[in-house]
Amino acid sequence: MHELSITQSLLEIVNQEVAKHAISRVTAVKLKVGKLRAIEPTSLTFCFEVLSKDTPVEGAELVIDLVPVRGKCSGCGELFEVDGVLFTCPNCSGHNIKITGGRELYIEEIQGD
Amino acid sequence: MLQIPVVRDILEANERIAAENRRIFDENKVFVLNLMSAPGAGKTSLLERTIDALSSEIQIGVIEGDIQSSIDAERLSKKGIPAVQINTDGACHLDGNMIHGAFGHLDLKAFDLLIVENVGNLVCPAEFNMGEDHKVMILSVTEGDDKPEKYPLMFHESSVLLINKIDLLPYIDCDVGRIKEVSLRINPNLEIFEISCKTGEGIDQWINWLSSRNQSQG
Repeated sequence: MHELSITQSLLEIVNQEVAKHAISRVTAVKLKVGKLRAIEPTSLTFCFEVLSKDTPVEGAELVIDLVPVRGKCSGCGELFEVDGVLFTCPNCSGHNIKITGGRELYIEEIQGD
Repeated sequence: MLQIPVVRDILEANERIAAENRRIFDENKVFVLNLMSAPGAGKTSLLERTIDALSSEIQIGVIEGDIQSSIDAERLSKKGIPAVQINTDGACHLDGNMIHGAFGHLDLKAFDLLIVENVGNLVCPAEFNMGEDHKVMILSVTEGDDKPEKYPLMFHESSVLLINKIDLLPYIDCDVGRIKEVSLRINPNLEIFEISCKTGEGIDQWINWLSSRNQSQG
């Protein structure tokens, strides 16, 4: 949700990095997006293309790495990938799960000339 | 070709403002709740019940969020408590920046408890921190017992779930047990209270939770 405002925030950060490293043209922006963030990749890509027009980021590829939801069982210590939204330990069926992955929303890397 | 590692959170600007809000709340010793639900689930009614129960003991302030109108702020002002209305003009949730902007209209030092009534929306508010102590959500029984599965993030992020309008249960098909079971699977630490803002049933459990948390916050 909010792919447009997320893209605005994303491009602000990219432009700061562009200025910092004196990049003349960005060729790729790599993101880590956790599945719990409910962000739609097609929508994000569309907003990115629209908002990056007439900037050094125009034409850059947006690479979205969707991170699965992962948990650790507070009961038995099992580490596992969470299936859907029901947080149940596959080892002991416990329900007290600590989320260890799936909430990411960050820019991992920028590529450019 | 340059490859530049960045590793910066995209919502870092909002997180920074939320942290600054948190610092200001702590400095002024205010306990802050972010109250969320779908439109019409009973947020403003819950606030009215809360004010009736507690306003003689503690100082309460409210920030109201709506796309348009000041109907809710006016309702609460009638209870004699300071209420600031934020109109988002289209944005479907409140964020840290909007809350920060409301500080100029409130004397935070004067409050023990500040409740932010978020825009009616079961999706977006869960994503945006504003520096609150707890997220509290309401699901009314008329919305259906499948909502935890369909909208898991809000249930996951909240400390309290209030199941409202239980006075209507004889007239509708709603499996409250299912709501509770699935909600607890999504968030085992969720405190769940079944209430009716209309009849007052169950409100005392909510007030007890609120009072004990407010006191322990100092």
